[in-house]
Amino acid sequence: MSSLVIAEHDNATLKPATLNAVTAAAKLGGEVHILVAGHNAKGAAEAASHVAGVSKVLLADADAFTDGLAENVAAQVLALAGPYDNLVFPATAYGRNIAPRVAATLDVAQLSDIISVESPDTFTRPIYAGNAIATVQATDAKKVITVRATGFDAAAASGGSAAIESVTAIADSGKSSFVKREIAKNDRPELTSAKIIVSGGRGVGSGENYHKVLEPLADRLGAALGASRAAVDAGFVPNDYQVGQTGKIVAPELYIAVGISGAIQHLAGMKDSKVIVAINKDPEAPIFGVADYGLVGDLNELVPDLVKQLG
Amino acid sequence: MKILVAVKRLVDYNVKVRVKSDQTGVDIANVKMSMNPFDEIGVEEAVRQREAGAATEVIVVSCGVTQCQETLRTAMAIGADRAILVESADELQPLAVAKLLTAIIAREKPGLVILGKQAIDDDSNQVGQMVAALSSMPQATFASKLTIANDRAEVTREVDGGLETLSLALPAVVTTDLRLNEARYVTLPNIMKAKKKPLEILKPADLNVDVSPRLKTLKVSEPPSRKAGIKVPDVAALIGKLKNEAKVI
Repeated sequence: MSSLVIAEHDNATLKPATLNAVTAAAKLGGEVHILVAGHNAKGAAEAASHVAGVSKVLLADADAFTDGLAENVAAQVLALAGPYDNLVFPATAYGRNIAPRVAATLDVAQLSDIISVESPDTFTRPIYAGNAIATVQATDAKKVITVRATGFDAAAASGGSAAIESVTAIADSGKSSFVKREIAKNDRPELTSAKIIVSGGRGVGSGENYHKVLEPLADRLGAALGASRAAVDAGFVPNDYQVGQTGKIVAPELYIAVGISGAIQHLAGMKDSKVIVAINKDPEAPIFGVADYGLVGDLNELVPDLVKQLG
Repeated sequence: MKILVAVKRLVDYNVKVRVKSDQTGVDIANVKMSMNPFDEIGVEEAVRQREAGAATEVIVVSCGVTQCQETLRTAMAIGADRAILVESADELQPLAVAKLLTAIIAREKPGLVILGKQAIDDDSNQVGQMVAALSSMPQATFASKLTIANDRAEVTREVDGGLETLSLALPAVVTTDLRLNEARYVTLPNIMKAKKKPLEILKPADLNVDVSPRLKTLKVSEPPSRKAGIKVPDVAALIGKLKNEAKVI
């Protein structure tokens, strides 16, 4: 038994979800290798070689991987898939984009978003926005798996000393090309790996108020900022803030939901948080049904007061 | 150019599903069924492209039980021109659906294939990418903007951290995200018109596709429930709890 984890990275470093995928791969048994498909990605490959429990790093370095196009990365994974029993991706926008191309070409089923490994061929995964958990068994010899980061601890980023092997890169498919990227720059932690998240909903009222009320609290706590789909749809913040069934799935130590009513699809994205705080003026809001600590009242007074009293 | 859109019939997004007591699945008897919301966005986008002159015909396809005809009629009421149902009472998993759609694509030769990014029942997020791979097409998943010009599709995608724009050679596969558009309200005259539009019914065997499931669902259970906590009277009490009881700040 052996597994190949497909790293999500920015050529210099690994994205955190890769480390959770390594833990899931280790639970399958046997050796765990990491594929870094990138351009000038020696830094990411070296980071991968230090990950605890990884015995080999494959580095495919070529122009074709500069922008992580699914056609090219999937073709590279397929070129290397032969000896592996499991091809393991983080269940991020990156991994979700690529994995099904690999599975379909291999003519095997894909196991999406696993949250536990019950045995080498049996897994649990949430369905219906997390309102049910399915236990599924794969019948194909080779398995393509995407791993929900919140279901597994991150593997230690140091302690390993895997060899880095350069592999022949595939040629560019030529069918798609990268045009541009608009990535919001901010100094806050990434939503999916943050220890504390401050999240705002429609109750915050406006984009201006979102920043005015929530940013001081996030600054004080060193927290990432999130939002409900309602807040994103209302244009308060960009889509990459969205936590929920169709946004990001998070499980921080502390999730502070401000002006969020608690629609099912939002709860699907954050109910595995260790501690949930809800601040809402409506005492009947469903968010209080999952919150450890609820505070009923006007968020425009309570949140600044919270910042003040935290000192 | 033809645009082919895949639509899935599933439990309406407003319904809170219940796990069956024998853990064989969720109870969908007597539950309201609708079109997958992402697929509805896909139909709307295809119709808008046709209205803008980028396409000449919109074909909708569904794979599943006889009642999927209702879903296809809804898609035609939004504005699709004709429909194909690949009828099967068996469980159709994503790989099987991708193979059925690939067979239809080989027959219809659309210039663009649009699917929802995921179905909100099994939350797999697989079929679009699988269709692209099996049809040897480029893909742009999680689309929030689509422009067709000069035999290429320019697609803005919602990715972690922001947006990314790709240019794809047609034919290509696009999967929709929520902010691509807002589907129009279906009017009564259009519902009546949709009843007269052609709807072809095929079986998986007609397309020579083996749809046997590859994943066995051993059980479906309730998620661990989260107990409601307490309401605290004021900010000071909240800080006290977070510091001394939860120890998270």
